[in-house]
Amino acid sequence: MKLHRITALIVRHLYLYRRSLPRIMEIFYWPFLDLVIWGFITLYLARYQSQVPGFVTFFLGALILWDMLFRSQQGITISFLEELWARNLMNLFASPLKPSEFLTATMAMSVMKVTIVSIVMAGCALLFYSYNILTIGVWLMPFVLNLVIAGWIIGVFTTSLIMRFGQEAEVLAWSMVFLFQPISCVFYPMEVLPTWLQMIAMVNPAAHVFEGMRTVLGAGAPPVGDLAWAVCLNGALLVGVVAWFHRTVAYCKDQGLLVRVGE
Amino acid sequence: MSSSVLKASDLTKRFGDFTAVNGVSFEIRPGEILGLLGPNGAGKTTTIQMLLGLVTPTAGSIHMFDLDLSTHREEILQQVNFSSTYISMPQSLTVEENLWVVARLYGISDMARRVNDIVKKLEMEEFRGKVTRKLSSGQMTRLTLAKAFLTEPRILFLDEPTASLDPDIADKIRSLLKEERRSSGLSILYTSHNMREMEEMSDRIIFLQRGRIVAEGTAQDIVDRFGKADLEEVFLKFAREQGQSSS
Ligand SMILES: Nc1ncnc2c1ncn2[C@@H]1O[C@H](COP(=O)(O)OP(=O)(O)OP(=O)(O)O)[C@@H](O)[C@H]1O
Repeated sequence: MKLHRITALIVRHLYLYRRSLPRIMEIFYWPFLDLVIWGFITLYLARYQSQVPGFVTFFLGALILWDMLFRSQQGITISFLEELWARNLMNLFASPLKPSEFLTATMAMSVMKVTIVSIVMAGCALLFYSYNILTIGVWLMPFVLNLVIAGWIIGVFTTSLIMRFGQEAEVLAWSMVFLFQPISCVFYPMEVLPTWLQMIAMVNPAAHVFEGMRTVLGAGAPPVGDLAWAVCLNGALLVGVVAWFHRTVAYCKDQGLLVRVGE
Repeated sequence: MSSSVLKASDLTKRFGDFTAVNGVSFEIRPGEILGLLGPNGAGKTTTIQMLLGLVTPTAGSIHMFDLDLSTHREEILQQVNFSSTYISMPQSLTVEENLWVVARLYGISDMARRVNDIVKKLEMEEFRGKVTRKLSSGQMTRLTLAKAFLTEPRILFLDEPTASLDPDIADKIRSLLKEERRSSGLSILYTSHNMREMEEMSDRIIFLQRGRIVAEGTAQDIVDRFGKADLEEVFLKFAREQGQSSS
């Protein structure tokens, strides 16, 4: 891996964002909208707080954490789509850049996006709803790290599909993550799912993070078991999905799809 | 150490049942300009894409600088670049920003000097600060050529490099290519549908038809061998034969 090739891609995206107001707006639009809508719903439901303790904390915390996963996935997929829209993939893949360096650069972009969005969302939650995300405590950091990695997994998976099936599959960049939302148990515990869906949720690292969040906020217990599950699943799935990305690149080169992917 | 910088042996590409490139072998020597000619669909682009590692050959091998492309991709592509009328560059970046990104990507030391030199050489000063989206097609072609020259390649693949340029700039580009090969021993693989340009530029020409090499030699050799008046007539002969067999 060569650092100069990774920074070249990061600089390319920073140049892009520096000049594009719509792209900057896009980063904040959905998180902000989510926060406003869910924030008010939460405030309304909070009147019945006595029935569900820590309701506001559950909901807004979950919402902000979910958006971190979403932005992390977008950081990967949108960076790839930008190259596709710019018909720049040929320039990149005919350069010494390795697919692993390409992925590393998109992961760095994803971390930047998540950082910016998290700061803005946490600030807004504090300002509008007097909600402080830091109430989650010391477990916040491992939760966020695991969600970022879960976002990468979905992002790399989606990117491979778009590379394989072309621009027609572009809509997956925005929709794929929502396929994972019900089995991520963001706003409800895993136990409310039917048994067969629980089995699927069990292999989703994000579901364990959200379970862990409820463990901390509800019982105040350390979510060690949940985090251990999340870390192990994230590790295994990340290795698997990166291997699949490399196989997709090889398949596209064999079929001559890499240079036609924008069509 | 071989005397060629590029050696393609028995290069074949099949897409399903269709054979786009069929057992093609050729070499490029240091400082040589090799013209790749052939009608639409003859397999020129597929050949170049295999040489750039964008398409994996079904059979055959590619060596550059005595290294095998399938095992030394990174070292080879560091010393190779390409330009085509059909590629683009990120549209929201300025011309200069695009060149900076390429310079970083290839790890060029002394980036500022290189970018300035290339901007001057290709007479791009006037639009160096312009956003790429606003370039004319000729300016865009100059930008893609600039990105190819910027990395000081030892081999350059050029797919119709002068297609959208006005005659004055096209002439300057041709002079620049000849000058670069004289001064730095740059080797070039060149495709064009402009037969006069091919005759002027190429030391040797390879004619492709339906993925096979059907003629090889200097422009004059080829014209003489087929008893035609010029390269254009030879081209028309091959193009019509290919057209007839596929219709
Ligand atoms: N990915 C692909 N899948 C299937 N067929 C392909 C693919 N890429 C190229 N071909 C076919 O291979 C043949 C050679 O195409 P190629 O683009 O190499 O021709 P060319 O000589 O560059 O033509 P032109 O002068 O029109 O650019 C064509 O018949 C084309 O349809």
